[in-house]
Amino acid sequence: MVKQKIVVIGNGMVGHHFLEQLANRPERELFDVLVFCAEPRPAYDRVHLSEYFGGRTADDLAMGKVEQYREWGYDLRLNDAAVSIDRENKIVTSASGASEPYDHLVLATGSYPFVPPIPGHEHSKCFVYRTLEDLDKIQAAANDGKVGVVVGGGLLGLEAANALKQLGLEAHVVEFAPGLMSVQLDEGGSKLLREKIEELGVTVHTSTATELIEEVDGGRLRMNFKGEKSLDTDLIVFSAGIRPEDSLAKSAGIELGERGGIVIDNNCRTSDKNIFAIGECALFNNFIFGLVAPGYTMARTAVSLLCGEAAEFNGADMSTKLKLLGVEVGSIGDAHGRKEGSAAITFVDEQTGVYKRMITDSEGKKLRGAVLVGDTSDYDTLLQYHLNDMDLPEHPEQLILPALDGAAPTLGADALPDTATICSCHNVSKGDIVGAVQGGCCSVGEVKDCTKAATGCGGCAALLKNVVDTELAALGVEVNNDLCPHFPYTRQEIFHMVQVEEIKTFDELLEKHGTGKGCEICKPTAASIFASLWNEHIHEKPHVGLQDTNDTFMANMQKNGTYSVVPRIAGGEITPDKLIVLGEVAKKYDLYTKITGGQRIDLFGARLEELPEIWRELTDAGFETGHAYGKSLRTVKSCVGSTWCRFGVQDSVGMALTVENRYKGLRSPHKIKMAVSGCTRECAEAQSKDIGVIATENGWNLYVCGNGGMRPRHADLFATDLDDVTLIKYIDRVLMFYVRTADKLQRTSVWLENLEGGLDYLREVVIEDKLGICDELERQMTNVVGTYQCEWKTAINDPEMLKRFRQFVNTDDKDEKIVFVEERQQRRPATEEEIVKIAEPA
Amino acid sequence: MSEVAITRTEWLQVCKRSDLVADSGVCALVGDRQIALFFLPEQEPQLFAIDNWDPIAKAGVIGRGLVAEIDGEVTVASPLYKQHYRLTDGQCLEEEAIQLAVYPVAFDGDDVLIQVD
Repeated sequence: MVKQKIVVIGNGMVGHHFLEQLANRPERELFDVLVFCAEPRPAYDRVHLSEYFGGRTADDLAMGKVEQYREWGYDLRLNDAAVSIDRENKIVTSASGASEPYDHLVLATGSYPFVPPIPGHEHSKCFVYRTLEDLDKIQAAANDGKVGVVVGGGLLGLEAANALKQLGLEAHVVEFAPGLMSVQLDEGGSKLLREKIEELGVTVHTSTATELIEEVDGGRLRMNFKGEKSLDTDLIVFSAGIRPEDSLAKSAGIELGERGGIVIDNNCRTSDKNIFAIGECALFNNFIFGLVAPGYTMARTAVSLLCGEAAEFNGADMSTKLKLLGVEVGSIGDAHGRKEGSAAITFVDEQTGVYKRMITDSEGKKLRGAVLVGDTSDYDTLLQYHLNDMDLPEHPEQLILPALDGAAPTLGADALPDTATICSCHNVSKGDIVGAVQGGCCSVGEVKDCTKAATGCGGCAALLKNVVDTELAALGVEVNNDLCPHFPYTRQEIFHMVQVEEIKTFDELLEKHGTGKGCEICKPTAASIFASLWNEHIHEKPHVGLQDTNDTFMANMQKNGTYSVVPRIAGGEITPDKLIVLGEVAKKYDLYTKITGGQRIDLFGARLEELPEIWRELTDAGFETGHAYGKSLRTVKSCVGSTWCRFGVQDSVGMALTVENRYKGLRSPHKIKMAVSGCTRECAEAQSKDIGVIATENGWNLYVCGNGGMRPRHADLFATDLDDVTLIKYIDRVLMFYVRTADKLQRTSVWLENLEGGLDYLREVVIEDKLGICDELERQMTNVVGTYQCEWKTAINDPEMLKRFRQFVNTDDKDEKIVFVEERQQRRPATEEEIVKIAEPA
Repeated sequence: MSEVAITRTEWLQVCKRSDLVADSGVCALVGDRQIALFFLPEQEPQLFAIDNWDPIAKAGVIGRGLVAEIDGEVTVASPLYKQHYRLTDGQCLEEEAIQLAVYPVAFDGDDVLIQVD
């Protein structure tokens, strides 16, 4: 079969979405695909560009990966811009001289920043804000500057101002119009946004036109404004809007709009039917869609058509919800009430800085638009009313007024039509979700996996849960969060029962709240809860039978039934003498020795009966158990910090020791890892940990809920510039809140993702003490810290506990079935084949 | 098991009651056979004897597994890959073709007796 060839020009977010959508279809096999990308790297997330200065790297922002494209079988040409299109012969020529024929051409060339033609705008300290390379240049210029100005007070301009602020510059925004974000916000919303942004230290100049940019003494720039005012600055960033990148199409004779933009029909085809245009370069109904979601819809339309399915792009809703410099902003539909016969309902709370405005028809029946500043919690509900043209409730003002009895009335999932879009990132409708539930998905998690809903920005998570729960209830399915067949409760509920009723044993718990005899799910869960609350030795009589094997023998069982031993090496700091002891013990018991990822030393191959002797020698030398076997704090990794490192700004080893010694022994729903870095270079990789601490000039930044493993997740920045005492206080609270409320075997990352309200809610609980439980959380942690014991030290001094560490109760023989062979001067478990060979007589 | 008339000739004494761990398992060596002994004081019968060798994990670890009730049946979950073996007859609940040997076992005073063919 001869394949058809698709050439894609441009590899921005929309171009990438096109390629990703195509890759996931069976029709992918019908095409050869080639991509020209002018930038040196494949597509990245431009929406979150300012986070590049907040610690995210180019890798973090990457969407397309070279390996991924290779796996998809795409021919990706980086750093090679397409320069001409020969439509007659259907050939694209690139800057490097490549000449590629096509059957279908997709233009995803995006846009370029508009730079107003102010005299002096070409000065070397004037920049635009579009690519990572632009950001690198801005960063370099910011290094020896103090002040930065953004020209443009729209959405992108404010993002750029945020970036300048993150670079430590005194940031100014200069806007020609009388208000900020004048496209999306009305006057009132714009005014409040300005106040909030100025509170954050950004100076806003509205109704200000720049007439001339000139260099003054010392290489600084002076902006001369109309009306004799001026402003001196070290650099200027232009972010005054975008223009479609249509020059290639123009030179190929493809039809453009009067003011630019490649004209497309509702099949996203240009005036040449073999050529599609998608994203910000495309002009539909004389409109450029400068948001990513409509671009994605265009990409999906083009993919469907190429695969032989009918599809149409019929414009897109430009409603948007975002956070600018930490201020929540939402805009829906006709935000200005420009349509004739519009009425408005406005709510302003000057004290908390909240502005909400609904635009309705004259009868107050339909929602035409809305503006939200300072609080966008009503956005989802309002958007659904708008998109689905639903009748507003009798008292529509209640949708934006703070509810007196707490919870605001949310829109019931019942009321939504099946066509309602729930997840706009992945274009998942209510009907799709209902279909998934009817098709057998029984939880939000399964629906997420199946439909991808709420896996983009996550903004629709609450609504998704609402739809799923409603549908499950309609099907008569009981939503079952039971721990196991023996306990009809969640882990959190059991935790509370144990705490409130001061239950100390599994038998008591089972008798009061459970049925049957317990299993390998509820027993260790109960043991973990008892340990978190009462912290008795895990080998105390009533707890013995509850532990998983690793907890039972306080070591990690390996594949051949032997164990590995990990003593605690807090913060990765170890004296030469102790290192020698580890070496001696390992040598004596012939243990395979390996350095772990957590800056510790793991000794493998210990037989059950050898564990107590090994630990007697280790505890004599001052070692403690490392809890490598438990669902508990494992290790606190650290870099060497300011004590030795010329870049370090705080003593990261000292802090790591404090933290590790404080939380060692804490039993939790899953293992916990932490790290402390001594400076922003982050050598301890703290952002991949459950609790990450990074030193700043002024103290510590705290990151929470990251992890490596199967599904890596970067930790979220939780609080900045904390002093030692506050840092520990916050960690105490976050950990205890997690221990209390997480599900069984739930890591902090998943816990946070499932926490309604997410990171903001966690901050409210931990920093603002919204629930009034902080004292109690701290008290609980103090109790755990105060009752710490090295489990091994206790065990080796208790003959009753030691009884368990016998291979056989009736003889001192060794387990003959454990066979080792030597490899790289150490021993390892023999493979099956090796065992057979060894057993054969020579 | 208590019904069976015990004569010392058919039964072998493997250990004492005090060698057992309540609600959990230990391991004994009988000839070259490793046998896991589970002692569940609150249940009837109280004692179970089952092969210690886990044929799926290929290691002698059954005695170190966690006792778990699955659909009303008493099982042990293997500590390596977590398959459940029924203590009464050794049947693996996840793999129909796999069944461990079980042995008659009983208390005689403080002695633990077992029958191995």
